[in-house]
Amino acid sequence: MKGNINWFKYSSPQTFYPLAGTLAPWFGALAAVFGAAGLYIGFFVAPTDYQQGEAYRIIFIHVPAAWMSMFLYLVMAFWAGAGLMFNTRLSGMMASALAPTGALFTFIALWTGSLWGKPMWGTYWVWDARLTSELILLFLYFGFMALQAAIDDARRADRAGAVLALVGVVNVPVIYFSVQWWNTLHQGASVSLTKAPTMAATMFAGMIVMAFGFWFYSIAVTLLRVRCIVLERERNSEWVTEYARDFR
Amino acid sequence: MLAVLRCVIRRDLLLAARRRSDVLTVLLFFVIVVSLFPLGAGPEPALLRTIAPGVIWVAALLASMLALNRLFAQDHADGTLEQMLLSATPLGLIVAAKVLAHWLVSGLPLVLMAPVLALQFDLPLPYFGVLVLSLALGTPVLSLIGAIGAALTLGVRGGGALLALLVLPLYVPVLIIGAGAVEAMASGLGAQAYLLLLAAFLVVAAAFAPWVAAVALRISVE
Repeated sequence: MKGNINWFKYSSPQTFYPLAGTLAPWFGALAAVFGAAGLYIGFFVAPTDYQQGEAYRIIFIHVPAAWMSMFLYLVMAFWAGAGLMFNTRLSGMMASALAPTGALFTFIALWTGSLWGKPMWGTYWVWDARLTSELILLFLYFGFMALQAAIDDARRADRAGAVLALVGVVNVPVIYFSVQWWNTLHQGASVSLTKAPTMAATMFAGMIVMAFGFWFYSIAVTLLRVRCIVLERERNSEWVTEYARDFR
Repeated sequence: MLAVLRCVIRRDLLLAARRRSDVLTVLLFFVIVVSLFPLGAGPEPALLRTIAPGVIWVAALLASMLALNRLFAQDHADGTLEQMLLSATPLGLIVAAKVLAHWLVSGLPLVLMAPVLALQFDLPLPYFGVLVLSLALGTPVLSLIGAIGAALTLGVRGGGALLALLVLPLYVPVLIIGAGAVEAMASGLGAQAYLLLLAAFLVVAAAFAPWVAAVALRISVE
């Protein structure tokens, strides 16, 4: 081995399948721990906002979900692109396993956003730049899933989905910068990489912890889902037949 | 290379000229959809003036989407598409030529028809120029983006509705900027920024979309 780790060992569905099975519960446990800690900080530790009162606490779900919705799309597009470029089977499976979770977080971000909007803006929905582009992101996830579902040949489904996912990537920076480019109702970013957050340290901590919780949840669920996809797609291979026999 | 492009454009235009009903159907669809709005939203002239650019743009968007499945489907059915894939000319260029021919047949009539429909909506005459210009810059972008969707859904079951699901979210920026051009002029801001943005969309889409559609075609046909 000469100290080299063979990174490509786990790029085959057969070897990745048990690895995903081992890792998924750990990430699930991490997600539970971080989620519980984040909710605790959010509800009991973080101070009440002097402008928004208690209603602001939905931020601990809303902002991490919105981050994940964009981040997961990028990850999905990355895997889809890798699958298109290197023609690896597992990459396409990862992309299709990520899509439902990404759509879920996009929906949660929109949903919690509208619940937050009612007490703050007095309306559940406005046609604001960020809201609209997040809605388009949800449609892009749906389009990706619908296209993959409509094509029976798994290989073609992966590659066609990859093209669509990569074209849709244009939307992610538009969402991210929408509050800077257009001066609309949605507030600007409270957190950025380049300057100190414009909020109390405990609020910030709660958001980061929740984001980690969501992140670990996404990993756990994606690994479980990719296991199902692997079994479905490789059902005619020998190892799946053996696995199914042992299972019985 | 240019000879091939001229040949593709000429062939597609000739095919469209031989089957004029396809072209007319799209145009009539556009006219009818636009005419439905005053019936649904009420004939109040002030209201109609406000919604005119949006309605005409949405109808143009739907009409050009409806025309998309003709872009590659016939060539796919009779095997011409496979010959194009095998051709020595880069596929992206052939796709660009096909999209141009397609726009001439299905997009340009919409642009020319728009002022007539705007009259029905009592849109003031000075806005006509901006409306036509925004459509002239915007509908080619719709055809270019749509080509990607048409290539991806080639021969897929439930193609029409699926195509809408894929393409409409990508059409949204063009719709916002295109319909926004007339509204910006109406609010006194001037439409120049919007028209320049549309032109930028057109340049970017013309540079990239044919190649993406070519990749998608190879995936769909292989």
